[in-house]
Amino acid sequence: MLLAEDGSLGEDHWRHLNDEEAIPASGPVTVSLAQWQKAEPALRERRDPLGLRLPNTIAPQEIAADLAHFALLVLSFPKFTDGRAYSQARLLRTRFAYAGELRAAGEVLRDQLLFMRRCGFNSFVVGERAVKESWATAFGEFDVFYQEAPDGRPWVMRQRLGPRTP
Amino acid sequence: MQIVTGNRLRDGAVIYFAGAGEWSPAIDKALAAEDDRANALLAEAQAGPPPHPAIGPVLIEVTRDGMHLHPVSLRERIRATGPTTGPMTGHTALDANPAPRADDYSI
Amino acid sequence: MYRYDDFDHRFVDERVAQYRDQVRRRLAGQLTEDEFRPLRLMNGLYLQLHAYMLRIAIPYGALDSAKLRTLAHITRKYDRGYGHFTTRQNLQLHWIKLEDTPDILAELASVEMHAIQTSGNSFRNTTTDPFAGVAADELEDPRPYAEIIRQWSTLHPEFSFLPRKFKIAVSASTEDRAAVKMHDLGLYLHRNEQGEVGFEVLAGGGLGRTPLLGQTIKKFLPRRDLLSYIEAALRVYNQYGRRDNLYKSRIKILVQSLGAQKYADEVEAEWLASDRAAVALPDTYLAEMASAFVLPAYDRRPSDEAAVARAIAGSAAFARWVKHNTFAHKVPGHAVVTISLKPVGLTPGDCSAEQMELVADLADELSFGEVRVAYEQNLVLPHVRRDALYALWQRLEAAGLGSSNIGLITDIICCPGMDYCGLATARSIPIAQRIATHMAAKEDAIGNFSIKISGCINACGHHHLGHIGILGVDKNGEEVYQITLGGDAGNDAAVGAIIGPAVKSDEVTGAIDKLIDVYLRLRQNGERFPETYRRIGQAPFKEALYAPR
Repeated sequence: MLLAEDGSLGEDHWRHLNDEEAIPASGPVTVSLAQWQKAEPALRERRDPLGLRLPNTIAPQEIAADLAHFALLVLSFPKFTDGRAYSQARLLRTRFAYAGELRAAGEVLRDQLLFMRRCGFNSFVVGERAVKESWATAFGEFDVFYQEAPDGRPWVMRQRLGPRTP
Repeated sequence: MQIVTGNRLRDGAVIYFAGAGEWSPAIDKALAAEDDRANALLAEAQAGPPPHPAIGPVLIEVTRDGMHLHPVSLRERIRATGPTTGPMTGHTALDANPAPRADDYSI
Repeated sequence: MYRYDDFDHRFVDERVAQYRDQVRRRLAGQLTEDEFRPLRLMNGLYLQLHAYMLRIAIPYGALDSAKLRTLAHITRKYDRGYGHFTTRQNLQLHWIKLEDTPDILAELASVEMHAIQTSGNSFRNTTTDPFAGVAADELEDPRPYAEIIRQWSTLHPEFSFLPRKFKIAVSASTEDRAAVKMHDLGLYLHRNEQGEVGFEVLAGGGLGRTPLLGQTIKKFLPRRDLLSYIEAALRVYNQYGRRDNLYKSRIKILVQSLGAQKYADEVEAEWLASDRAAVALPDTYLAEMASAFVLPAYDRRPSDEAAVARAIAGSAAFARWVKHNTFAHKVPGHAVVTISLKPVGLTPGDCSAEQMELVADLADELSFGEVRVAYEQNLVLPHVRRDALYALWQRLEAAGLGSSNIGLITDIICCPGMDYCGLATARSIPIAQRIATHMAAKEDAIGNFSIKISGCINACGHHHLGHIGILGVDKNGEEVYQITLGGDAGNDAAVGAIIGPAVKSDEVTGAIDKLIDVYLRLRQNGERFPETYRRIGQAPFKEALYAPR
């Protein structure tokens, strides 16, 4: 199940190919980084949306030049305590201006959602608990933030200083 | 000989598995098992729907002296009987003693 | 001191509500302990041997009387009437119930306090000089920078799940009283050749299993770039710090394995690539923050020094206290007073609710309501008129707070150890008590000396930095104590070296005695212990300690 940043829940309509699978001619698919590197020319030929699953050990600059080909990037939280993908997300959104869907997968828990969204994620792979425990409310737990972040929400220092002078 | 101990979820107090889903702050009520049965005892203690009343159930070594059970390790003796120094010397979280006053504050 | 504005108030209120809901979900069985642990740790709640332990944040050790009274109230209402001040300038309460914690946090929020990030793998309490603002040797007050870092590092979305905890210290004085070099990131405020004020940045310091001193990664960082540079340093750590081995996950291991220069280069590259303007600190903001820390309106009438001299002449005990517990203040006629929480034979760093209330009263009467916590586990009244010292001392003395031992051998830093702590491998408090009791009679003869005791390798008691360090370990079910020599905090920070096989619990005091005898016999011209140790080496100490009887 997918949780969107507006709190709505929906189904995942993407197909996530494993490395052995043949690439279907149509329909939205995601591939691993290895698969992208191996089959890039063929993948670029496809007309339907393409997504990339990026391990949290890869620095975003390594795929920066390819970002225009992807409508979806899936970043990984192998354990919820492994926070590397927060930095990846932030760099992708700000330094590399990635504007497509940025999805958090792996061990995604309710109490991380707000951090994730602030770093630029806008969709989240969640389980049934998300419905039962109304996870969407996690996004609204704070409206005071002390950091500048990709979600562009006002942050305290800037709010205190007032509108930035040119 | 081993028993199972953990800390109570709601207040952190030291508790011991007394069998049949029950946990007790009194170590002498703990269900003891010989070493070959210990893992089965632990599994029984860990069972049950969430939230489990005890955090981190583990087996600890004890000796029996008549009606009483005594933990073998110093750490478990301190858990069972309280700090060995300071205002709460010899008291556990569940002792109903009033908070010490400044003039009780001695070793 | 810094006062919360509407944003800060609203933030801590939101945090309390969020945490209250987390506790509710835990007690309702919606969160497993594995899921809840990081959440409670991000609010400083540990599970220890006897109960939960709440570590309350005291940002850079700054308290006022209202906060201290609330802490006293909390210890009395929710705990057992006492608390333990820590080496991170925080306060730990050891008998806490999970179900009470949301209410405790709400009480803290009402006096502009919280327990956010006093644990967990994120930024911890940023520490600084307990004499900040009043030290005669400081370039500038470091607290505005510590406060800016505190706010920016609070619930940071990118850095709340780092490989391991992250500690920052700031110092702005000639003498480093904040042990900056043992921090993950250290900041020394200084002036460059052009006369501009900025930071020397150190990285990779830390104690624990692999004690290392921080190394300089940037000689001069302009003040406006403070946050963007820390962000770059953290981003490199978040990306490359080890996550496969708990004991190798601190930034010190990354800096060590890359080499300080390579780490510095990585950070520099990241920093230059980042949007520095987005988080640059404008001068107006720095000035606004600094204005929160203006010094109080001192009574500028001259201190009655004749009366001070008479009191000193009339009481040897008071004279000792003035000598050891008061420090030069930058405003004439005033003194900085350290209140020792090291009464001989009691628990280092412990303070009862009544004592907290007394200190709060004294702060109101004599120190403009201000109190500080020093990382040496003592309290500080930063603005006391010299001619009020005698009355102050008498009242402290009557409450068991009159110990005159700051910087002496009985001023022992000591973690709670196995009497409370779930991580400890041995007790540390009883060792401190025995050593202090034994050494009290000779402390003046020994002079400046630091003994630091940890009950496990995590080194909360900073044992590596003690002139004599003591580490309690478990050896086949028995508590034994490893002794290190030659450590030092501050400007000449050094990590002590293990002298030899660990000694048994009942042998520790005798062992320290022998080591001190060697020092007293061989020191020259008022050398401090680390100097003597560096000059004569380990051999004479080893010989004295391990010679067959």
